[in-house]
Amino acid sequence: MGETNRMSNTTFEPVIGMEIHVELATKSKMFCGCKNDPFGADKPNIYTCPVCLGLPGALPVANKLAIEWTVLLGQALNCTISRFSKFDRKNYFYPDLAKGYQISQYDMPLCTNGFVHLPEGDVRITRVHLEEDTGKLLHTTIDGKQVTLVDFNRSGVPLVEIVTEPDIHSSDHAKAFVKALHQIVRYTGISHADLEKGSMRLEPNISVRKMGETSLPNYKVEVKNINSFKFVKKAIDFEVNRHIELLKTGKTPVQETRGYVEDRGVTLSQRSKEDAKDYRYFPEPDIPPIRLSEQLITEIKTHLPEMPSSVIEKFTKTYGLSAESSKLLVETPERKNHFEACVEALHKSAVTITPTDLANYCINKKIPETTDPQTVIAALVEAKCASDIPPELITASVAKVLAGQPKAVSDYRSGKTGVLMFLVGLVKRDLAGKGDAGVIQKTITDHITHTNG
Amino acid sequence: MHFTPDDVKKVSELASIPLTQQETETLATGFTQTMKVVDTLSSVGVANVEPTSQVTGLENVFREDEIDTTRMFSQTEALANAKTTHNGYFVVSRVLDQTIDP
Amino acid sequence: MKTNELTLTNTLKLLSEKKISLTDLYGDTFAAIKNLNPTLNIYLSTDTDAEKKARSVQNLPLMGIPVAVKDNFCTKDLPTTASSRVLDGYLSPYESTVTTRLHAAGGVVIGKTNMDAWAHGSSTETSDYGATKNPNNPGFLPGGSSGGSAAAIAANCATIALGSETAGSIRQPSAWCGVVGLKPTYGRVSRYGVIAMGSSLDSPGPIGKTVEDAALLFEHIAGHDPHDATSSPKSVSKFRDAVHRSIKGMKIGVCYGDHPKLKGTPASKAVESAAKLFESLGAKVEFIPLSSELKPHTILTPDFAIAVYTVVQRGEVSSNLARYDGIRYGSDRSKFGAEAKRRIMLGTFTLSKGYSDKYYVKAQQVRSLYIQNFKDLFSDFDILLSPTSPGYALPIGASANSPMFGELEDMLLESSSISGLPGINVPSFYDSKTHLYLGMNIVADYWKEETMIAAAAAFERETPFNRWGKQTV
Repeated sequence: MGETNRMSNTTFEPVIGMEIHVELATKSKMFCGCKNDPFGADKPNIYTCPVCLGLPGALPVANKLAIEWTVLLGQALNCTISRFSKFDRKNYFYPDLAKGYQISQYDMPLCTNGFVHLPEGDVRITRVHLEEDTGKLLHTTIDGKQVTLVDFNRSGVPLVEIVTEPDIHSSDHAKAFVKALHQIVRYTGISHADLEKGSMRLEPNISVRKMGETSLPNYKVEVKNINSFKFVKKAIDFEVNRHIELLKTGKTPVQETRGYVEDRGVTLSQRSKEDAKDYRYFPEPDIPPIRLSEQLITEIKTHLPEMPSSVIEKFTKTYGLSAESSKLLVETPERKNHFEACVEALHKSAVTITPTDLANYCINKKIPETTDPQTVIAALVEAKCASDIPPELITASVAKVLAGQPKAVSDYRSGKTGVLMFLVGLVKRDLAGKGDAGVIQKTITDHITHTNG
Repeated sequence: MHFTPDDVKKVSELASIPLTQQETETLATGFTQTMKVVDTLSSVGVANVEPTSQVTGLENVFREDEIDTTRMFSQTEALANAKTTHNGYFVVSRVLDQTIDP
Repeated sequence: MKTNELTLTNTLKLLSEKKISLTDLYGDTFAAIKNLNPTLNIYLSTDTDAEKKARSVQNLPLMGIPVAVKDNFCTKDLPTTASSRVLDGYLSPYESTVTTRLHAAGGVVIGKTNMDAWAHGSSTETSDYGATKNPNNPGFLPGGSSGGSAAAIAANCATIALGSETAGSIRQPSAWCGVVGLKPTYGRVSRYGVIAMGSSLDSPGPIGKTVEDAALLFEHIAGHDPHDATSSPKSVSKFRDAVHRSIKGMKIGVCYGDHPKLKGTPASKAVESAAKLFESLGAKVEFIPLSSELKPHTILTPDFAIAVYTVVQRGEVSSNLARYDGIRYGSDRSKFGAEAKRRIMLGTFTLSKGYSDKYYVKAQQVRSLYIQNFKDLFSDFDILLSPTSPGYALPIGASANSPMFGELEDMLLESSSISGLPGINVPSFYDSKTHLYLGMNIVADYWKEETMIAAAAAFERETPFNRWGKQTV
């Protein structure tokens, strides 16, 4: 496969767009007051009502918070928020679709024209819209007969759909994008965005064209069932290679939906893609349209938390942290919040410890985010005191240890630098654990350099 | 617009309505009749006219994000009218057009 | 006079005066049902516990009176089938808002009435459970789709009834049965729990013996419902009080008299008489000429409304009936009757790729023209008059093999329905040979039901066509 890649990279390039679905963590469902907790339900069909079960005569009423959160996400993705928008019916038949249509948004989505900045290349967001989730299917056999079981706990859960332009040009780029998007979503606080639990779903739309061509390929393949970042790359790599092999023989890959099979590392054909499907969209007659005032849009934006990129800037500029440390500390909103709380505790305590020390401590010691900031500061202070020791004692201990380790010293002199850590360990033991490892190391190397023998 | 039985068959698939051959033929005639009436619309001028999909003029009708226990069904109630159920699930014969369930 | 022949107003009066009892009322009503239902096929189901329920609510405003409810309202105590085999035996686990309000006011649902299956029709002949017959002359149709409810009133098999109108389904059967049918402004009465037909058109409403009866029930069922996002927040007036309002100075427009299908017909003549009567009562009456395009001081021909309704209704219903897949309830889609299949498929077709713009969007644009036309007219007029139906009730069998039967019979009502306007039918003529009636349609501006109620009540008072109109107790 690698060889094929090497060959193909000189003639073909991937053209990838992503479709991402995010389940909102509202208390109630999108169009009814049922509990929104499909993953936490211990039994099937316990969170339903006339509306989400599609009973005769039931009517939908839109969840205000879900709409506000969709706008919030659009703002986090630098989108234009539509002042006028509506819901539409997407009509198709499937056992997990209670009404025989999904209430979604067709031509007037809530958000359009955004972007995500990435070092690998910016990805434009075409649209962000709001819709409802379907029920879940379970395939099984009962008394020898193959059946499908249907659970509607998830039916009607608010779902945000994010669609990108085909700006992604490699599997690594795709992986970076979904990780960045995942982080942004988690920062807004609107969803748990858990890939394994299905509250965030990824569907790359993949095609391949000759390197240097600018027009879009005349086909695309949608890949479903990718539930980890690792599999994003694997699935795309597999697909891209599959397309290249076909294109090399002059064939065009079939436009279709395929599913990723993780234990085999392959994609398999599912059904023909939507192009063949006619959803007969029309405006949802049961739900009045949405007109958002400038005032409301601005008010929603005040609830937008600081996004990772600006937090990183703040950490590096204001706290003087390194870029790598900052990146690690903002990985999740929980970690970022915890670190900021610790910095605040630090400032209040008037202890002479730098934010950099604090950052290193938190990162290296993998301090859990649940640890009370005061406790963290206290522990850090103790560690520093504990390892704070007069330089003369370190010098003395180094001299003593090196005197007793002539072979190690000559090994070091002859280039075996690995023995240094061994010597640091000996000095530390001699000092009963005290002393800063970096200082000890420097003292040892200085000593060896400046003495003979 | 003239409807053939083939046209009717295509629509019946889209609408998930099972039809006999006889029904397909009868419907083709019926549709052609109905579409004659519908086609009178083509003579009406609608330049710059917005389509009306709702007559109320209402906008921004929402509900608060609250759980409404008064309308939620127990599992028994939810399943009460189904012909076939199994361990709390609704049952259909195996859905065939998927190799993998997403 | 038997107690089941009393108007709602008189029933309440006599009950409160203890001159009649619930036992009398339920005894007489159920005796009539037992006697007539086997031939007329009005009710699909009845509640044998109804009298018991009545006793428990006799202190509420409606004092336990027996109400006939169209079988598209979801009720927990009786099956809801929309007269379709697909929902045979379906017991709704929740109650519609309208019947909930009915109960809360003291009304009792004594049975679910027959209708055109899924409300698809104007005859009640397309019910999967057989046609309902016109109680005034059983060789004739009662109209539809609320034919069962209208017949229940005509046959004195209920004190008051509930129906629903998408385009004519309250007013037309009321006309054919010689009773009063009130179609509210769209959004005035909650649709939650009413089996959806044309979502942007469906309007539940009362069918009763007199205008006052209909107005009274209307008061109890109207009003905002948080479960229906298209229901209006407008406050509910005391509609009953409008019955006694003077119509002096009211500006009345007479419509469709010059339509080729109506010129010189009895239905048209009846409206002309009504116009003269209103004039003698002090109203200002004017004839509004027909036009095939939007022109000031004219009424747009109803002919295009037929096409608009055909497309919009079938499009919406094709989607509304998609939930009937037999998985969660009911039977599979092979059990749909012929008319339902026709409409679902035509709706699917006009919404489909390549045709949606030509048909669905175009229809919604023409709909806007009708709305504009009425807007213009209501700046000059308070109410508009027309025949409800082009003629008398048609014989049993008339709707067979006619895919556009309903639309043609409702042609005079479709314009106001697609616009969402309120309208009321009052009996406007009685043929003593056939025992059949003609009806007059009175349309008012949005939310102005009181105006049409006032005019309808005045007409009822001054004419002999309502058989309960002169009832005193």
